[in-house]
Amino acid sequence: MSAPSPARRDPPLLVAALIILAVGYLGLVVFLPLLTVFIEALRKGIEAYFSGINQSEVWSAIKLTLIVAGVAVPLNTVFGLAAAWTVTRFDFWGKNLLVTIIDLPFSISPVISGLIYVLLYGANGWFGPQLQEMGIQVIFNITGIILATTLVTLPFVARELIPLMQAQGSDEEAAATTLGANGWRTFFLITLPNIKWALMYGVLLCTARAMGEFGAVSVVSGKIRGFTATMPLQVEILYNEYNFVAAFAVASLLALFALITLAVKTVLEARFADELAAQRWR
Amino acid sequence: MSLEITNVNKSFGRFPALNDVSLLAEDGEFLALLGPSGSGKTTLLRIIAGLEIADGGAVRFGDEDLLAKPVRQRGIGFVFQHYALFKHMTSAQNIAFGMQSKARKLRPSKAEIKAKVAELLALVQLDDLGERYPAQLSGGQRQRVALARALAIEPKILLLDEPFGALDAKVRRGLRRWLRELHERTGLTTIFVTHDQEEALELADRVAVLKDGKVEQIGTPEELYHEPASAFVFDFLGDSFQFPCVVRDGKAVIAGVDVTILGAATPADGPSTAYARPDAFVVGPADGPGFGARIRDVLLAGPDARIDCVLDDDGAIEVRVPHAVAQKLAPRNRISLIPREVRVWAET
Repeated sequence: MSAPSPARRDPPLLVAALIILAVGYLGLVVFLPLLTVFIEALRKGIEAYFSGINQSEVWSAIKLTLIVAGVAVPLNTVFGLAAAWTVTRFDFWGKNLLVTIIDLPFSISPVISGLIYVLLYGANGWFGPQLQEMGIQVIFNITGIILATTLVTLPFVARELIPLMQAQGSDEEAAATTLGANGWRTFFLITLPNIKWALMYGVLLCTARAMGEFGAVSVVSGKIRGFTATMPLQVEILYNEYNFVAAFAVASLLALFALITLAVKTVLEARFADELAAQRWR
Repeated sequence: MSLEITNVNKSFGRFPALNDVSLLAEDGEFLALLGPSGSGKTTLLRIIAGLEIADGGAVRFGDEDLLAKPVRQRGIGFVFQHYALFKHMTSAQNIAFGMQSKARKLRPSKAEIKAKVAELLALVQLDDLGERYPAQLSGGQRQRVALARALAIEPKILLLDEPFGALDAKVRRGLRRWLRELHERTGLTTIFVTHDQEEALELADRVAVLKDGKVEQIGTPEELYHEPASAFVFDFLGDSFQFPCVVRDGKAVIAGVDVTILGAATPADGPSTAYARPDAFVVGPADGPGFGARIRDVLLAGPDARIDCVLDDDGAIEVRVPHAVAQKLAPRNRISLIPREVRVWAET
């Protein structure tokens, strides 16, 4: 790195103060809590850590969490792509309203998202009795958990894609069409490569949130141990039973999942750095 | 086969972009659509390609109804103003895309595609740059890749939207000549959109001047330059100055001087507006006929000398005179100015 020009050289004290402020803030708000999770989890040694995790309840919570994310994330990926495509490629009446609705899950409390489902599909809800007659149980069941998670994580992919696709415009797609490509070919060979990073980022955020969602899921799940308790709910259950090591052990697993997804993103970006740099123009 | 556009209409919301436009491009013709921004020229081009949908009217190529066909079956090569190259593909991959998009039965073999790509790269003089990504090419090179990509589908019609709009003047002039040669070699019916009159007059067989979604005039560059159909066309094709005048017996009376009116049609007698080009002025001594003026600056660089002067009755104009005349003039001299010839159109 070359030395900055004299015009850009700030007083060393100011530089130091700003760096300390930024690092201190991040440390206090992000790193310290994250570190605490792992410290607490390992407080009684590695054996206690693993025995905290290795319980049938915890395993079923992990399984449930992965199933829920495995359904909600693909659903919202397809939805996000379709919504972003619609919003950025077509002009229609009510477009702004649609964008607002996509954002809605961000602005309302997840607890309310959960309550809506209870009101709709609960035993005393609008459709509850009919569904019960048909033998379908939504609330206090995995179906409800998936629905609530899907609702809460709905905006992630769409929100990443809309600004990018708006900025890119549709010239490349129009060019592909004039060259004779059909819709699928245009989508897979032109649109998708252009948005893949934003899409991946959206999917990662969506996954992290789907696995970590607490509020909405807590309302619809009923917290039946070993059946409708997802990992965040299991953490709460264990914590309330003063089983701190197990609670933090499960929490550390959740944090680990999140860290792994971020690591995957970083590795991919590093691997394709050349390609990214080559495409950066305009 | 000729491309025939009849009574095409298009509006965006309440804004009318095209108003009953009819045009004919002959087989193999190089036609320019010239107009200021907002005149509808790009919209017309996009309608022909199928990227916009016309509200009414017809576009036929020979006896084919183009508007009835989906974009990808029209066989029209389109070159976008900002190239629209596929950023994640190399030049060669960009050019091959159209051929690879053909239905399996019609698709050339891999070897054929490779040969064709090499041929097109040679045609656009980028033989060694097939493996470069668009970001690694200059603006002019990108534009040529875009052109090669459009030509790869062996289109029946080539449409160019402000093809040199984003390039600097020198590159633009070079590409212009090259495009003209390319057209002579391929013989494709070509329509290109531009707001640069010099470009249109130099390149095109015929030029259609558009204004507010209507064709103001269509003709060869000579016709347009020497017989402009309206004040708008005259003004758009070059610098012009306007003077109030009175038409009497086929002459325009300006500042008490009878001035020749150019053009076939003679306007009716009465007050009107006269239009003159900067190189159609007579510069005389201070007490000569016409407008009195004071010279602000004499610019001697360029094929013609330019005299920047301020008229006594307000307004500044810059006229062009031969160097021989200009050498006798200096800043702050007083002169008289009168157009040698003007054009007059019926006032609308």
